[in-house]
Amino acid sequence: MMFIPGNNPAMMQDAFIYRPDSIMLDLEDAVTMAEKDAARLLVHNALKSIDFRGIERVVRINPLSTPYGRKDVEAVIKGGVDVIRMPKTETADEVRELEAEIEKVETKLGCLGRTRIMAAIESAEGICNAYAIAKASKRMMGIALGAEDYTANLKTQRTPGGAELLFARQTIVVAARAAGIDCFDTVFSNLDDMESFRNEVELIHNLGFDGKSIINPRQISIVNEVFAPKAKDIEKARKIIAGIKEAEAKGSGVISVNGKMVDRPVVLRAQRTMELAIASGILTREEAYE
Amino acid sequence: MEIKNAVAGTLESGDIMIQIAPAEKEGLHIDLDSTVAAQFGRQIRAVIEETLTGMGVTDAEIKATDKGARDCTIRARVTAAAVRATGVDVWES
Repeated sequence: MMFIPGNNPAMMQDAFIYRPDSIMLDLEDAVTMAEKDAARLLVHNALKSIDFRGIERVVRINPLSTPYGRKDVEAVIKGGVDVIRMPKTETADEVRELEAEIEKVETKLGCLGRTRIMAAIESAEGICNAYAIAKASKRMMGIALGAEDYTANLKTQRTPGGAELLFARQTIVVAARAAGIDCFDTVFSNLDDMESFRNEVELIHNLGFDGKSIINPRQISIVNEVFAPKAKDIEKARKIIAGIKEAEAKGSGVISVNGKMVDRPVVLRAQRTMELAIASGILTREEAYE
Repeated sequence: MEIKNAVAGTLESGDIMIQIAPAEKEGLHIDLDSTVAAQFGRQIRAVIEETLTGMGVTDAEIKATDKGARDCTIRARVTAAAVRATGVDVWES
């Protein structure tokens, strides 16, 4: 998910070239108070007119508690946004308040149910309520960690190893999995330290995150490399899926591949490997399940 | 419609700066400065006029400094300048 400042037309119109999985136009922290009105109009018109080539379009709005939040909701839904990202989400009630606001606009436009919600969790209270937030609305598609505000709230700072974020990251992954939605990790701001960025992406991939927020196109290839399944994993997954199909045909639920027992959880992991291979463009769906 | 001096947009590449001022005579008077005026000047003027007319602004002096903005950016910047000039917002919320 690539962050783009909501008041920068050149970046908005070129963002699709780099093929991120989603583009997040930011009306919140990237825009000064004096330019909130102009950025809202820019994002609204960009959503209506720019062909993002099928890339998911997310807009981070200002909180509903500010004078800007409700206008942001109206503007981006009228622009046809796919996902509204709520900043600084602390309770399930805040999600339901946004849901009601979205429904009000969608009802007027005749597109009820179109817009999905992603909640950014950026405080200790938000982490304590992560599962309730994740389950607060049928529109919820994901939750994301906002680490800068979170570490400030914890009265600490970010470190290269990320020990201060471990509890929040694991809480978010578990809450998202329990709710059946996606989870996204926070941004890494130092573009001069790509080695630490890669280490962080590997860490969050192993923790179970579905994706990483990025601030520059240079970060995309590293995220894709880490998240894309390796050739040997794909081959193993292919054997497992073929083996379990054969076993099911014979009325059995358990098989052995390379001397190891294969049961349902292993099959689910193999299927996820294949789905990631498809999403990464390594395999077509036909090649994955031939 | 009463208007006051207002500006929106930047001089960054891909953007356009729109300055609006009260009209000295009837109609929309557009002073366009663009590196692509020869190719797209007519189109840029048309988008500015159409956007302002749609918002009920029919008499104004407009200075447009274009840095290669797309139509959607021109519409957004003209609308922002007009909202600031008239005090009339485009959103219901």
